[in-house]
Amino acid sequence: MQKVYERPESMADVQMSYCPGCLHGTVHRMIAEVIDELGVREQVVGVCPVGCAVFMYEYMSCDMIEAAHGRAPAVATGVKRVLPDSVVFTYQGDGDLAAIGTAEIIHAAARGERITTIFINNTTYGMTGGQMAPTTLLGQKSTTCPTGREAMREGFPIRVCELLATLDGPIYLARVAPVNAAGLVKTKNAIKKAFQKQLEGRGFSLVEVLCNCPTQLKVSPIDSLKWVEENMVPYYPLGEFVDR
Amino acid sequence: MAERVLMKGNEAIVRGAIAGGCRAFFGYPITPQNEIPECMSRLMPKAGGVFLQAESELAAISMVYGAAAAGVRTMTSSSSPGISLKQEGISYIAGAELPCVIANVQRGGPGLGNIAAAQSDYFQSTRGGGHGDYRTLVLAPWSVMECYTLTAEAFDIADEYRNPCLVLLDAVIGQMIEAIEIPDWKPKVPPKPWTTTGAKGRPANVVNSLYIIPSDLEEVNNRIQARYKHAAEHLTRAQSIRTEDADVVLVAYGCSARVCRSVVDMARGEGIRAGLLRPITLYPFPTREIDALAERGKRFLVVEMSSGQMVEDVRLAVEGKSEVRFYGRTGGVVPAPAEIVEQVKAMAKASSGSTTVNRQPTTVN
Repeated sequence: MQKVYERPESMADVQMSYCPGCLHGTVHRMIAEVIDELGVREQVVGVCPVGCAVFMYEYMSCDMIEAAHGRAPAVATGVKRVLPDSVVFTYQGDGDLAAIGTAEIIHAAARGERITTIFINNTTYGMTGGQMAPTTLLGQKSTTCPTGREAMREGFPIRVCELLATLDGPIYLARVAPVNAAGLVKTKNAIKKAFQKQLEGRGFSLVEVLCNCPTQLKVSPIDSLKWVEENMVPYYPLGEFVDR
Repeated sequence: MAERVLMKGNEAIVRGAIAGGCRAFFGYPITPQNEIPECMSRLMPKAGGVFLQAESELAAISMVYGAAAAGVRTMTSSSSPGISLKQEGISYIAGAELPCVIANVQRGGPGLGNIAAAQSDYFQSTRGGGHGDYRTLVLAPWSVMECYTLTAEAFDIADEYRNPCLVLLDAVIGQMIEAIEIPDWKPKVPPKPWTTTGAKGRPANVVNSLYIIPSDLEEVNNRIQARYKHAAEHLTRAQSIRTEDADVVLVAYGCSARVCRSVVDMARGEGIRAGLLRPITLYPFPTREIDALAERGKRFLVVEMSSGQMVEDVRLAVEGKSEVRFYGRTGGVVPAPAEIVEQVKAMAKASSGSTTVNRQPTTVN
């Protein structure tokens, strides 16, 4: 009998705590697959965020560091600078990366740190209960903008890839949406490319993954995927922003 | 024979750190500690280490967290307002049981304060500084020589206790130049099986300060507290100068201890038997040494460049057995020896006429 599907070696054999339909687990698995495919598991040091993915260190079977909210790129910098042969990635949500950790991500990118960031943009602070995120869409309701985000009150949502693309340090920036079959394939490919770019040792790489949060959107998992496609993709266009 | 050189306190911090095995420095400019990152940027690459100027103090201490997790001896430095910013990272480093060294060249506060020497970060330094049940181990040099040796030793201490170790000085100690003898220094580096360096030939390691189950976190806190208890037994250090026959014992550290060293001689010149107890470790605090002096009837005058912070630890050590007075100057003012001699004289006079124990601090000018 031929085995066609198995748990990647870089993934721990534990149950995840994510809500039904959440894409965190899917993206975790893709990262683990990429690490396996590149044969770098024993060189990997991952840095996980504060937020729903805070327990990522329990789900991966590679060395992991839990960072303070927003500081993952600085922690990753500390690791990579003293262990230049390691493969270092950060996994960060939108509140973590685009609000409290804005300085850290911009400067890690500007320095061209040889690290890879997987940026989960789901427009909400999922773990703390659905508060407004820096990427919450205009008009989108949250527990801290209950009448919907208004530009002149809460400001505009931040397009991270476009922002970082103005810098010279990044060598790969892509936005993907694993909300359908094609999107899943493109997401995996982008993550793999981002890690490969790190191995080239020329600069910073980041993949922004548009994700769902069915719990905070208060819709079914299937509808939450449609929501990403219909509402997020028009504001956050997909594609590769930097590839050099 | 050891090499004898002229050196600034801040430069001695750098050279001591490199001798102590530091191979990664992450900093951010702030006066009066700028010579530390500047000197590091020249010397650290020569030592085969990493120097990086971070985008903020928050980032610098987080880089220290990462480098410490990767098993490398690492440090950062700053001055008071910058150290406040680092408290987030220091708490995480303590919670994750990582070693690192932080130098604080104290300046006047609160707020932006000024760039003159002060000792008003004593509470922040010795009580932990950030959130949660932890302390930083605190070494307080009073000379350029000690800037070198205590910084070198701080790395051994941080590794032994898997806890941040703070070198607490001030603008005077950091900026002054003295001749020092460069000692031979051999760092004591323990094995570090917990590092995140890539899971090669071993199970994956996790560096973390999150323990979602309360009893798990309590266990970690108990482990951390046990280390502090061990430190109190084995790490506490103080220098006694002419305390043996003293009636009045001055208690001071760092810059103010240097002033008090002169005060001892001046007071004795006027027939008052004064001595100086200089805590070298501020945490753990030399409680036992002070208690022993109190038991022998010594009275204490605590001198600080603050409105009275260390004096609380002295009172806790004395436990009302003897008189404890306080004299302090703030805002970056260094007390003149003559001011302190007046305080010592007033104390000597009070004791000849009365045995009343005055537990209140004297008025600060």
